[in-house]
Amino acid sequence: MVQSLNRLKESASQTAGPYVHIGCTPNFLGMAGVYPDDLGHAMVNDKTSGERITVTGCVFDGTGTPLKDALIEIWQADANGLYNSPSELRGSADPNFTGWGRQPTDLETGVFSFQTIKPGRVPFGDGRDQAPHISFWIVARGINLGLNTRMYFGDEEAANQEDPILARLEHKVRVPTLIAERQGDTYTFDIHLQGERETIFFDI
Amino acid sequence: MSNLNPETGPFFPRDRSWQPKAYTPDYKTSVVRSPQKALISFPNTISEITGPVFGHNILGELDHDLICNFAKPGESALGERIIVHGRVLDERGRGVPGALIEVWQANAGGRYRHKNEGYIAPLDPNFGGCGRTITNEDGAYEFRTVKPGPYPWPNGVNDWRPAHIHFSLFGAGFAQRLITQMYFEGDPLIPLCPIVNAISDARAIEQLIAPLDMANTIPMDARAYKFDIVLRGRRSGPFENKLEGN
Ligand SMILES: [Fe+2]
Repeated sequence: MVQSLNRLKESASQTAGPYVHIGCTPNFLGMAGVYPDDLGHAMVNDKTSGERITVTGCVFDGTGTPLKDALIEIWQADANGLYNSPSELRGSADPNFTGWGRQPTDLETGVFSFQTIKPGRVPFGDGRDQAPHISFWIVARGINLGLNTRMYFGDEEAANQEDPILARLEHKVRVPTLIAERQGDTYTFDIHLQGERETIFFDI
Repeated sequence: MSNLNPETGPFFPRDRSWQPKAYTPDYKTSVVRSPQKALISFPNTISEITGPVFGHNILGELDHDLICNFAKPGESALGERIIVHGRVLDERGRGVPGALIEVWQANAGGRYRHKNEGYIAPLDPNFGGCGRTITNEDGAYEFRTVKPGPYPWPNGVNDWRPAHIHFSLFGAGFAQRLITQMYFEGDPLIPLCPIVNAISDARAIEQLIAPLDMANTIPMDARAYKFDIVLRGRRSGPFENKLEGN
């Protein structure tokens, strides 16, 4: 016999289901009066530093149909590459930027949209810079465990070339699934759950 | 709060044999919504080990009281009154303080207050179905609500969800983000449910079933169910703070 590690097991995930809005975005649903506003609705204010951008897209299922009941959360660094989190020990992030956003896909069109800023670069474990990126977490009916992916920026070619995570991807043909193209101030990031253009999802 | 010494180590790898698989065809919606290619692994970076943290200032007085937070003044929700309480722990068994918990559920008749919901059971004008709270320094939390009813859903011809409460949890890092469901001890619908059975390990299912907790009932008022939730743990120690590479 040896000592026990005394570890617990992470609780198993269950789908967010079709009614996730009741708990996470009740005001979006028209259920006013319980919470003053939906958490994660606003990431920026008038004083936020950085370049204002819109990140928009759809989440497509294996038939090419956009999900109209998905919930998306994003997490990103501020313009200087610092996270607004107690676990960020490298410095103080912009107090006017939450770094965290949450939006449902539209009930009719399936489009999601975030008003945010372009993040700065943050280090990889070995000290190399990562390319600017936004972490995505996607839940919905039919998704048993939330899906993690990342959005990189189409106009950051040089940084993307040297990004340690993009560099380790074996199938370069799939890299474009992580890169949002820019048009004006808007980046479009479509997520494909299945099919030829299946987005790269990460086990983080 | 224990935020004085925030932990910044990488999380334990997720045990994906314990978690439900993406493709679980008995739960039909998963068929076209499940990625088919392998997930790509990489070691946690600062982007995964940090995460948003919420202060008690976001909470309203009734946010954790679903019996009253949507009710007209002087009225309350219909149904079996219950306390749902427990702790948010990490895989090392430590309480997770300051964890935001959001819950949502159907009313006592199994009806959700949602635009896309068409079940014939009536809405309760005094029940909204959402609540939230933040764990204390021990990781403990408590809600008051009514026991949700089971409801039929379009999957098989006659599939019924066991009574359940949806839980959304934030730890301290984005990689801990979790949504799950709490089930009730003794519900005969649990083993019949394709969503429950997306989890293949019986022990992982049992971990989601809250026992009746008579010791924490409020006499002549509400019964209690205890539901602990475990989030991913992380390494912490003097050899773990090399993430910046300096
Ligand atoms: Fe449900």
